[in-house]
Amino acid sequence: MLFQTMGLTKRFGGLTAVSDLSFGIEEGQIVSVIGPNGAGKSTVFNLVTGVHRPTAGRIELMGRPITGLKPYQVARQGVARTFQSTTVFGQDTVFENLVIGHRLRTGSGLFSALLVSGRERGDRKKSMAKAEELLSFLDLEHYRDEAAGNIPQEAQKRLSIGIALATEPKLLLLDEPTGGVNLEEDDSLIRIIQKIKASGVTICLIEHKMKMVMGISDRVVVLSYGSKIAEGDPQSVSRDKNVIEAYLGPGYAAKD
Amino acid sequence: MNTSPLRPGFLIPAAILLLAVVAPLLSENRYLHHLMIMACVWGIAATALNLVMGYAGQVNLAHGAFFGIGAYTSGLLMLKLGIGFWIALPLACLTAALFGLLIGMPSLRTKGAYFAIGTLCFNVIVTVIIDRWENLTEGQRGLLGIPPPSAIPLPFGLTVRFDNNMVATYYLFLIMLLLTLFVTRRIVVSLMGKDFRAVKGNEELAASIGINPFRTKLIAFVTSTFFAGLAGGLYASYIGFLSPDISDFHVTFEVLIQVMFGGIGTLAGPIIGATILPVISETLHALAAYRMVAYGVMLIVVIIFLPTGIMGGLKIVWTKCITRK
Repeated sequence: MLFQTMGLTKRFGGLTAVSDLSFGIEEGQIVSVIGPNGAGKSTVFNLVTGVHRPTAGRIELMGRPITGLKPYQVARQGVARTFQSTTVFGQDTVFENLVIGHRLRTGSGLFSALLVSGRERGDRKKSMAKAEELLSFLDLEHYRDEAAGNIPQEAQKRLSIGIALATEPKLLLLDEPTGGVNLEEDDSLIRIIQKIKASGVTICLIEHKMKMVMGISDRVVVLSYGSKIAEGDPQSVSRDKNVIEAYLGPGYAAKD
Repeated sequence: MNTSPLRPGFLIPAAILLLAVVAPLLSENRYLHHLMIMACVWGIAATALNLVMGYAGQVNLAHGAFFGIGAYTSGLLMLKLGIGFWIALPLACLTAALFGLLIGMPSLRTKGAYFAIGTLCFNVIVTVIIDRWENLTEGQRGLLGIPPPSAIPLPFGLTVRFDNNMVATYYLFLIMLLLTLFVTRRIVVSLMGKDFRAVKGNEELAASIGINPFRTKLIAFVTSTFFAGLAGGLYASYIGFLSPDISDFHVTFEVLIQVMFGGIGTLAGPIIGATILPVISETLHALAAYRMVAYGVMLIVVIIFLPTGIMGGLKIVWTKCITRK
């Protein structure tokens, strides 16, 4: 297992957003976390990335605990994420966005800056090479020098994935990568997600669009009211009685 | 990209620097020299505030306090302990930076308006302490007779003296301003500067790519207070007199307005603001009580029509000129 949670629980006051959740992700797989609105999917991401502290449970990456780390420490351990609302550095150019994304793989600090040390120069060169590589990987070359806030929504989605990829993560968490994007534009994002998988990055995604989930996931984890109600390959999950009930209400599951 | 030495990004600053170097030699006017010296002091203070506010996005409203701490540190060291200017000045910077660290640690845990109000409170506290700790600071009587910078010996028996030598004082302060500007530039174009921008742009996103927002803000804050201390230390030995007012939040807002007026988040903006605004303020002296009204109206006009300050306005004009060609 590249990644796993054990008994992960988060309570906000009296509300249990995530309850005793255990699931794992094998290296190189795409795992989707699905569930009706309010099922606790984004909370799971926020727990994994250190935005929220779990009330109970453990999170492990490559066998090492990452529970309770701060967001920037989780990122340094090799977990990158995108946000549900498309998030880029809007004032900076697309290229600059990708350069800063690579920052955690560089060590230059205040003193390297003041001395313009060889380290600073090398780090800068390395970050720019990474950004160039991602520009072509994500097919964003023609937006290179535009302010990230001014490019189309779908391109911003790709860029936000690019910023996360620039950190060279082991595990990439995508929170609704096609949210707010036209159906016709989904395909380009799906292709990119498959390319990322092919490059060896393990992916966990939250998604609502079932066509996409069924098409690209190796495994699917279904949440409802914070608890895992089903887990397995896409086909078996889509036939699961509990899952159908959670989405459509009791009584809709086909009777055998 | 235009990298020729004749591009405006190089030519204009070079011309202004040349003007700044020769100007005091062209005129004997002591008042002009005074304005230029003060432009350097405020230019350092404004550049420092711009680093934390314009580049790292943290509205620090305690800047006047750090200016005051720098001023009082060098003033007290020179007056009460007889320490020389060249030792007292770096100690003033370090003391301001130390207070910056102590104040930054708790206050940078808050964000936005809370941070602004928190630092403003600290500013008021510092002024009250300076005012009331009479055994140390002489309170409202003020510190009188702070000596000018000690002379610098040169080869061949020559010395550069700063007492009653406004031109030498000006050149010393100009060098300090250029040093501040140089360090600021180094930081903002570096990878560290990109961290500042990222934290200013979106703290949550910055953290998600491994940037430690708290540490980044603290570095910006402490560096800023270091140079606020430098400005204060220079001010003390030039004016020779300090009262608690010099650490007051009015100083904070004066510098803040200089930064906004000149162009926040640009290297030249704060210096433009620090040069022009004191002159306008002095010119309006004739209006007596109405001065602040006129000043206020002017600022409102600038902020409404040029939200990015004079530098922002110049950039718009420049872009128009290029596209028309």
